[in-house]
Amino acid sequence: MKKYILKRILIAIATLFLITFILFLMEKAMPGSPFNDEKMTHEQVQALYAKYGLDKPVLVQFWNYIKNMMMGDFGVSYSLQVNTPVTQIIAQHFPVSLTIGLLATVVGAICGFVMGIVAALKHNTMIDSLMTGISVLGVSLPNFVVALILSIIFSFQLYLLPAVYSADRPFISIILPIIALSTFTMASAERYARSEMIEIMHSDYIRLADSKGISRRQLVLKHVVRNTLISVITVLAPLMIDLIAGSMVVEKAFAIPGLGTTYISAIQANDYNVVLGITFFYAILFIGIMLFVDILYGIIDPRVRLDKG
Amino acid sequence: MIKNMQSTTNNNDFSLAHREQKVDHYSGESLSFIQLVFRNFARNKVALVSVLVIILIALTAFLGPQLSHFNPNTPDPQNSNLTPGQNGHWFGTDNLGRDIFTRVAAGTGISLEVAFVAMIIDLIIGTTYGLISGYFGGKVDIIMQRVTEVLSTIPMIIIVTLLVLVMKPGLMSIITAMMLVGWINMSRIVRAQVLKIKNEEYILAAKTMGMPNSKIIFSEVLPNAMGQIVTTFMFSIPNAIFLEAFLAFIGLGVPAPLSSLGTMINDGYTQAIVFPHMVIFPVLFLALIMLGFNIIADAIRDAIEES
Repeated sequence: MKKYILKRILIAIATLFLITFILFLMEKAMPGSPFNDEKMTHEQVQALYAKYGLDKPVLVQFWNYIKNMMMGDFGVSYSLQVNTPVTQIIAQHFPVSLTIGLLATVVGAICGFVMGIVAALKHNTMIDSLMTGISVLGVSLPNFVVALILSIIFSFQLYLLPAVYSADRPFISIILPIIALSTFTMASAERYARSEMIEIMHSDYIRLADSKGISRRQLVLKHVVRNTLISVITVLAPLMIDLIAGSMVVEKAFAIPGLGTTYISAIQANDYNVVLGITFFYAILFIGIMLFVDILYGIIDPRVRLDKG
Repeated sequence: MIKNMQSTTNNNDFSLAHREQKVDHYSGESLSFIQLVFRNFARNKVALVSVLVIILIALTAFLGPQLSHFNPNTPDPQNSNLTPGQNGHWFGTDNLGRDIFTRVAAGTGISLEVAFVAMIIDLIIGTTYGLISGYFGGKVDIIMQRVTEVLSTIPMIIIVTLLVLVMKPGLMSIITAMMLVGWINMSRIVRAQVLKIKNEEYILAAKTMGMPNSKIIFSEVLPNAMGQIVTTFMFSIPNAIFLEAFLAFIGLGVPAPLSSLGTMINDGYTQAIVFPHMVIFPVLFLALIMLGFNIIADAIRDAIEES
């Protein structure tokens, strides 16, 4: 087990290192030089280069870059919010995104899981087809299409919920975004739970439990659902990662001032420091989730450690 | 043996079989694997309808611009914001007076192009990588697996956005990103299949007979892994289309004035209430393409599993 966890952590660090290196190269490749004032003489420019350490070998520069990142220094914004440190921008916009993302994961996972179990219990009936139909729709329709449909129905036809986020009414205005964001998670969880549960119901140990005469209620709750739950938990991480991409779209659609919208406007405004900072932040988030789930998976299912370790 | 056979014809387990008593014959026409898959697929009515829908959409994408004399990218301020059917514009015009039908057709074309490229990448890079890694095993496998493990942790959006910063926004950066990481899932599935297949006896037999590795891979391993490959392949299509639409929606897609379904939805979004036709048609086409390919992929997976 220790060896397995160690290996996962090493891979995570290697990935993070690779991403940092790519970001560093990107910083180098960005068009333009920071010092392109024509009035400066060659010597003055050289002095500036020396001051900021840009005359040192690339590897030394890379090391300084990592050191700055470790200290939480990602530079300041050039154009979005001029001279605001990137860390401050992230801290300011992340909470909304986190709330919506977590709630969408929870809502989507629970709904999808329940739907999947119902579909599997009613295998080959109308209910099963209905659930499958919903999940195919959920997987197929991009988030922004769902967001559009939701806001047309609930905001412009029924006048129930706001179509645009307002900070004054945070609870009401995140309902639609959460639904829009959770459809994909819900649909994927439904599909996965359904197929997993059907497989488990046909397995030998369930047949054994059935033949020893326990009630169907107990059989389903104690044996089938539990085992399905374990395997569904393991697919939640990739789904959460998809949510981050989804959150950009949904935040844009509902004009939520979250990290996703900030990222998009930073890309469009060529605000390099902000883009690189948020990218690094996302990368840590991704890698953290993956690492957590890999380890969790190893604890839940010992075969994984033997297979891959 | 006799007892078993008999129990299928009459329910008395303990009577002796009579010589003239006929035993059930389980025979049908013998079908190859591919024929079986086709037969199972053809039974799925929803999937057949989806195939039809996709064909119609593909025809619209390729013939649409010829059917209509409007240019998808030329603005015509005098005819802006027309509703469907006005002045010969089947789907109306957008706020710059561009014909929505031809724009939707061109955008659908871009989606299909991306899907096609994703398929090729999956097929060439993903399959080859998985085959080599799985078949040769040992050190080769370990190194190749570490590489994919690290690559797969970097999320696709990050790669695309970074590429967009360096290259120009457009199809090229999406395609490059797919070439970098789009094939990983496929390579994993192929590798798992190969690992399973390569210990089968018929591979051992082929090796014993002195068949060269390349021939074993192409004539023994690959055909037997085909089912999984085709399934993965089909699912990569909607994923790629989704990626393109997603990027276009957040403003990183094909540059203006070119049209893609995602850009059109993005443009029409703010005016969805006043001019619903600007957003309904691209949404409809995108939804139909995504649904169609997803349903077909599902059906192919089921058909292969049943066969």
